Amino acid sequence: MILAVAVALALQTTAARFLVRGSVAVDLVLVVVVYVALTSGPATGLLSGTFAGLAQDALSSSVIGIGGLAKTLVGFLAGIIGTQFIVTASLPRFVVFFGATLLHAFVFMGLYMLLDLRHFGAPYAAVAGQATANAVIGVVAFQLVELLPGAVERRRAGKSRLRR
Amino acid sequence: MALLDLRQRSGYLFLAVTLGQILLISAQVNTKSGVPVIERVTFGVFSEVQRVLSGGFSGIHGVWTGYIGLRHLKVENETLKRDLATAQVAVQEQRALADRTRSLERLLDLREGLQLKTVAAQIIGAAATPDFRTLTIDRGTRDGVRADMSVIAPAGIVGRLVVPSLRSAKVQLLVDRNAAAGAIIERTRAQGVVVGGGDDRLRLEYVSEAFDVVAGDIVVTSGIDGIYPKGFIIGRIESVERQGGSYKRIAIKPAVDFTSLEEVLVVLTPTPAREAAEGVAAR
Repeated sequence: MILAVAVALALQTTAARFLVRGSVAVDLVLVVVVYVALTSGPATGLLSGTFAGLAQDALSSSVIGIGGLAKTLVGFLAGIIGTQFIVTASLPRFVVFFGATLLHAFVFMGLYMLLDLRHFGAPYAAVAGQATANAVIGVVAFQLVELLPGAVERRRAGKSRLRR
Repeated sequence: MALLDLRQRSGYLFLAVTLGQILLISAQVNTKSGVPVIERVTFGVFSEVQRVLSGGFSGIHGVWTGYIGLRHLKVENETLKRDLATAQVAVQEQRALADRTRSLERLLDLREGLQLKTVAAQIIGAAATPDFRTLTIDRGTRDGVRADMSVIAPAGIVGRLVVPSLRSAKVQLLVDRNAAAGAIIERTRAQGVVVGGGDDRLRLEYVSEAFDVVAGDIVVTSGIDGIYPKGFIIGRIESVERQGGSYKRIAIKPAVDFTSLEEVLVVLTPTPAREAAEGVAAR
């Protein structure tokens, strides 16, 4: 989990010119958090979100904790959805990634505006674009991982440990 | 195993992590007034707790004083009422004492100013019938008073002693229909006789038409009757009428208010006229 988050952070900071198109910016860190939450459960999901969010805040010189709080919430809820629903098909995963991105944007921007630190205007198009991009990348990431040998068995084993 | 425990307690973990990050954010962000958010929120929360506790304590205290404490209020009220009544009686006593003191002071001034020997007396009674205008005083023969001694007040002539007993005496007021006194109009020195009418007014009789008498003239005792000392005020002329004869009809308002007398002086010194009459009688 930590390794995945670290790789995502590295990619996010080094491959920004590929990840940002206009006002739409792909958030690889968020994608990783949701992926971990869907595969490992709510506890791991919220921890990964906390770690990733705090690290991202620290690296972006913003208020440390706002991004962490947003990703913690997303990771926790995604983990619950992953344990309560069957999220194995592409469409459900797309919806989860899409919704998680919207939730993250709502919490993140909402906290900034609530604390009167920044104003974002009406970034509906940017958020929608980011959500779509994150969802596509998330679905693709699932597909790639599942192509790896033994991935399905490891995922099933992980879920059985959770149930115990 | 630890990770498994954490997974099972994901809800608590979520709350703990969320709270930690909120505190982290609050510590970094200031409000518009420059006060850190965490400080403002903490103070706000605790002030509301204090407000609730204070309100609770005030309510309990209010119940105690408003209800339970009322048990003692009735007793305290009754005690205060009694104390107030006692104080009011004391005030009345003090007021009466002050009035008496002022009255006695006037009497004392009169007595000290007189060359006559006098004895002070209290009015202890009045006549049983309105036809007789008399008073009873608390001085009798054992105090040296005798019949036909004059009785005076600071304002003027009161009357004469008529029936002394050992410890009290009856005083005939000057306004009694059977009373009379030798009088002089102070301004013109016209002499006459003041007689009582049984009411609150006096008449000055035997004043010649030739004399100048007007309302407002002061009438004093002449001293020739052998009872009243000379020069004491009887009253002021109220009206003067011609009655067709040789004398005027003159009404006098007494100087003394006979309805409010409380203390008087009995003149023990005999008048010169009386001394002269007693001297002739002794011979």
